[in-house]
Amino acid sequence: MDNQMAKNKLSPRRRVINLLVHALLAVLALIWVLPIVWIVLTSFRAEPGAYTKTFLPQGYTLNNYVKLLTDRNVLNFPRMFKNTLIISIFSCTISTFFVLSVAYSLSRMRFAFRKPYMNLAMILGLFPGFMTMVAQYFILKAMGLTEGAGIRIGLIVVYSACTGLGFQISKGFFDTIPKSIDEAAIMDGATQWQVFTRITLPLSKPIVIYTVMTAFMAPWVDFIFAKVLCRANASQFTVAIGLWNMLQKEYIYQWYTCFAAGAVLISIPIAALFLYMQKFYVEGMSGAVKG
Amino acid sequence: MVKGILVFLIEVAFCLYMIMSGFHSLAQLPSLGTEAQGKVWNEAKQIYEYSTGDNSQQILLAGVVTCFAIAAIAVLWVLQMRQSFSLQKRIELMSLPCLGILVFNVVPLVYMISMAFTTYSKEGEHLILFDWDGIHQFQRVLNMNGNIGRQFWHVLGWTITWAIFATFLNYILGMVLAMVINRKDTKGKAFWRFCFVLSIAVPQFVTLMIMNIMLQPSGAVNVLLQNLGLISEPIPFWTNAMIARITIIGINLWVGIPYTMLQVTGILQNIPSELYEAARMDGAGPMRIFFKITLPYMLFVTAPYLISSFVGNINNFNVIYLLSGGGPTRVGDTAGQTDLLVTWLYKLTIDQQYYNLGAVIGIMTFVILTVVTLVTYRNSSSYKNEEAFM
Repeated sequence: MDNQMAKNKLSPRRRVINLLVHALLAVLALIWVLPIVWIVLTSFRAEPGAYTKTFLPQGYTLNNYVKLLTDRNVLNFPRMFKNTLIISIFSCTISTFFVLSVAYSLSRMRFAFRKPYMNLAMILGLFPGFMTMVAQYFILKAMGLTEGAGIRIGLIVVYSACTGLGFQISKGFFDTIPKSIDEAAIMDGATQWQVFTRITLPLSKPIVIYTVMTAFMAPWVDFIFAKVLCRANASQFTVAIGLWNMLQKEYIYQWYTCFAAGAVLISIPIAALFLYMQKFYVEGMSGAVKG
Repeated sequence: MVKGILVFLIEVAFCLYMIMSGFHSLAQLPSLGTEAQGKVWNEAKQIYEYSTGDNSQQILLAGVVTCFAIAAIAVLWVLQMRQSFSLQKRIELMSLPCLGILVFNVVPLVYMISMAFTTYSKEGEHLILFDWDGIHQFQRVLNMNGNIGRQFWHVLGWTITWAIFATFLNYILGMVLAMVINRKDTKGKAFWRFCFVLSIAVPQFVTLMIMNIMLQPSGAVNVLLQNLGLISEPIPFWTNAMIARITIIGINLWVGIPYTMLQVTGILQNIPSELYEAARMDGAGPMRIFFKITLPYMLFVTAPYLISSFVGNINNFNVIYLLSGGGPTRVGDTAGQTDLLVTWLYKLTIDQQYYNLGAVIGIMTFVILTVVTLVTYRNSSSYKNEEAFM
């Protein structure tokens, strides 16, 4: 009790500092939370048009969501959603396979090409992505994948083809699995493929989930590759281009509040995936075989 | 057995390809095509008839692809000669990913790099038939007196300034925020952390578009400030070059600080507390402790993270494109006042169709990044040897 009293008495200066720190945190938190609150409120705004005279909406309605999900004439959001979903399912499957097999090979096997490959991956990462984008477009055009439904395949290819370069995190994880487990399995007659699918993958659940989810999210948040590939083919638009279009001059007056609704709708699943993934990322960082 | 058949089939396909089109495209590579698209007046039909001329862009692409096909076959033969089937067997898992990287990363890169040495550009109408041009475009870009050169140095200056500010301000402020939240006396740590992490969960391109509309002349922020009576005229967030630059850096802080906070929180707690105690015994203040202990320790541990975020910022397309779009742009320029090298590259290739100039800018970006990465790696490793922290 005395101790407590002494502590309280000793710290007028400290109490002022504490108060200031908390005030500062409150201001900062307000700055960080306000835009998010604003977009959520705007998505329910009843007043039409783009910019209004007040910061907060004057009336609230659900119509923006209804229009976003049912209007199929101008900007067909449900179709964009479907396009993006199809693309992300395929590219996610392919790129997960690519990332994990490259990471496994680099972590588990020793071959002449290994070091050069890792250096090459680092060097290729330094080139701006757009440099390859234009040429990728020409290559896809030569393959006939830039018109109609071909765009979808083109996008899947673009999102998944080069993912073999992003092996670092998974490789780091595979490195933590003791090699003696593999050796024991090979002694018992397992093939390399069996070791990979029956031993390494089950032991690497967190990093597999992490890889799957990052791959799945890529088409939802990429905007520029999709824009270059789709150009004006409205039937192939992904969600990101759709949202971007809603803010362009010709649509903004009608679609401003729908953009807010779309932003909220897209953010919720991605936020959920992100928070869920964070857990696996942390687990993944702490290694595979404990004890 | 299966492998033998496969290799045989690949070789047959290669030979067929070479006979059908490979040799032809190699032969055309030095000239990139000679025949311009022709226009002939057809008396009988009373119309102009167009003859298909050579398309240099396709010739160049075919040439590059053929060169790679030859190289790939050569590698295959060498492997066969060596009878190193055991080696091939062990890395077959990597064959498909490598094929993907080869076709959609390496070939496009070589193709783009070779474009830098041609006249492929809308300038002078070289979009269909173009020719090799040596290093002429590089000279144009590096020449400070020319129009393009002046823009290049401007953009380069802003790109570096931006990357430095974006990387280090994010890093230091994120660290300070993490430390403030983790202070012993701070109440409600989980709540504060949640407030900041919330912004990470929103996809970045959505955040950036939201910020863009909020900061428009009649957007929410100006409206709020005007209604509060703090300003009478809207602040020109995107139309004044200096304000636009500051705004972009500020918004990037908004986006980036929570990331840094998440990433450094764990590392901060690993700093040996003896170091702090000793410093306090010796009478060091909080500022001094931060700059003499916390910062050096963090730099020591997170150097690779810093390098990769610097590289990421130099190539940060989304922030600029979705916020200011590179604007404001001076009359007659192709690069805006807030354009980075990457967004300028995008404008030059996609909007203006100056493919050769765009390729040069891409190569310059790569050169700059390589230099930065190598120099910092060198320094951080020598730093490590000099002063082991543990």
